[in-house]
Amino acid sequence: MSGFLDMALMPFAFPFMQQAFIISVLIAAPMALLSCFLILKGWSLMGDAVSHAVLPGVVIAYIIGIPFAIGAFVAGMTCVVGIGYLKENSRVKEDTIMGVVFSGMFGLGLLLYTKIQTEVHLDHILFGDMLGVTWGDITQTGIIALFVCAAILLFRRDLLLNAFDPQHAKAIGLPVRVLHYGLLAILSLTIVAALTAVGIILAIALLIGPGAVAFLLVRRFDRMLLVSLAVALFASFFGVYLSFFIDSAPAPTIVLLMTGMFLVAFVYTLRRNAREDAAREVDSRELGVGR
Amino acid sequence: MSEAAVELVSPGGQTTNPHGSVETPLAVQGVTVSYGEKPAVFSVDASIPAESMTAIIGPNGAGKSTLLKAVLGIVPRLSGSVTVFGEPFTRARHRVAYVPQRASVDWDFPTRVIDVVMMGLFRELGLLKLVRREHHKTALACLERVGMVDFAHRQIGQLSGGQQQRVFLARALAQNADLYLLDEPFAGVDAATERAIIDVLKSLKTDKRTVVCVHHDLATVADHFDHVLLINVRKMAEGPVATTFTGENLQKTYGGRLATAHIDQLNLSAA
Repeated sequence: MSGFLDMALMPFAFPFMQQAFIISVLIAAPMALLSCFLILKGWSLMGDAVSHAVLPGVVIAYIIGIPFAIGAFVAGMTCVVGIGYLKENSRVKEDTIMGVVFSGMFGLGLLLYTKIQTEVHLDHILFGDMLGVTWGDITQTGIIALFVCAAILLFRRDLLLNAFDPQHAKAIGLPVRVLHYGLLAILSLTIVAALTAVGIILAIALLIGPGAVAFLLVRRFDRMLLVSLAVALFASFFGVYLSFFIDSAPAPTIVLLMTGMFLVAFVYTLRRNAREDAAREVDSRELGVGR
Repeated sequence: MSEAAVELVSPGGQTTNPHGSVETPLAVQGVTVSYGEKPAVFSVDASIPAESMTAIIGPNGAGKSTLLKAVLGIVPRLSGSVTVFGEPFTRARHRVAYVPQRASVDWDFPTRVIDVVMMGLFRELGLLKLVRREHHKTALACLERVGMVDFAHRQIGQLSGGQQQRVFLARALAQNADLYLLDEPFAGVDAATERAIIDVLKSLKTDKRTVVCVHHDLATVADHFDHVLLINVRKMAEGPVATTFTGENLQKTYGGRLATAHIDQLNLSAA
């Protein structure tokens, strides 16, 4: 019995595992909250675009010797402002513009990366290096996570109103442009925070998964935020935990868990909706007989 | 008389100016809007009288909705000006409530009926957006007025089209405005909803508020409205229903799209 307990607690004994647990939980919170807004605004591709677009920023930051986070944030914002400008000044649909902008920026990043000798592994930028994070990474991620969560919670009604009915928001004088670019700035920041842990390719899974599961399960926004948070924390914690035993990388394990949860939630809601439809049918039939 | 110089505020919030005449709730001068190369609204002037119920009518694509959106600053104006109760719209927006077309939002959104109505109280919630008991009570009272109080805690996707329209109206009521702009409030609603909406709009008028509706059903214009604005990109006619809602003006506005036989069935004013 004690052998089993030792085994179960073993992952917590290693410093690199402790750090992996901490950083995975720290990025899960802002990702989960942001995720709800991305889902409701239909911005999944925007998340994908920004995460790919930070690559040239990271490489350029390396070349000129500034922190990666700054380069990544500037590149992310360049991407969203570029998409906004191109959309407002052309007939091309937004998803097309996103595809053009982010693949272009990703290509530029790869090109720059192969042209210069760096000590950073491309793998680590693309897929993260959760087992190699430092306390410096954890501090930076923690500060960003705190800021992002506070901003989202403080402005959640404004953001929600703007997502539900942008015309009403504009008519009552909400600063819709500030809300739009503010949310995109928060998105860029969150991706920066997630960079060292899960990398830019897998960040999108954390940005979409928790909100998608929550949207399936609940019909109230406040609950959606909570369920999303629970899903992200669960998947992050057990993803890291499981990866220790199956000897896999933590980030893809988290992503797979999240996908699994989505499928379970999907099947559950299919059955729930079928039950509700059946109940409604019985209701109306009884009503018909009663009259 | 010295009292004449004092600004009087009536219960409905109408401001009477020193000359004793009531401020025009909505005045539009030379408004032009364009989405592409062709203007959607071209140089429209209009002056909506206080405490009236105005119908904006015209064929599909005539720019009726666009005109409302231009008034509200939702779409940019190429030219022209909009004054609301004698002030630019941006300074008087708290006196205006807007009911957009029902199809303009996603009704699958994870939100309840009461939360949507609460959006009408947005500016009263303060910086931290805390919902207090009084806000809740106001929202329920607005739902009561449109006959939807029993649905307060339903998810909005579970409502019928007519019920959704009434929820939108309740949100506008929560704004407690002096000028109500509605975009096709009767489109695709059931008879009970149409009745409920008309009753609410008439009570607004009794309460000295001004109502402007983009309207598509020519057969009910004379029953529900007292002022009419006919547009087809340009303004075709404007005035009291009694003198302006004529076959001649309709023919001018709708062109060949309105059969003469149809006009004969309408409750038209004598030209």
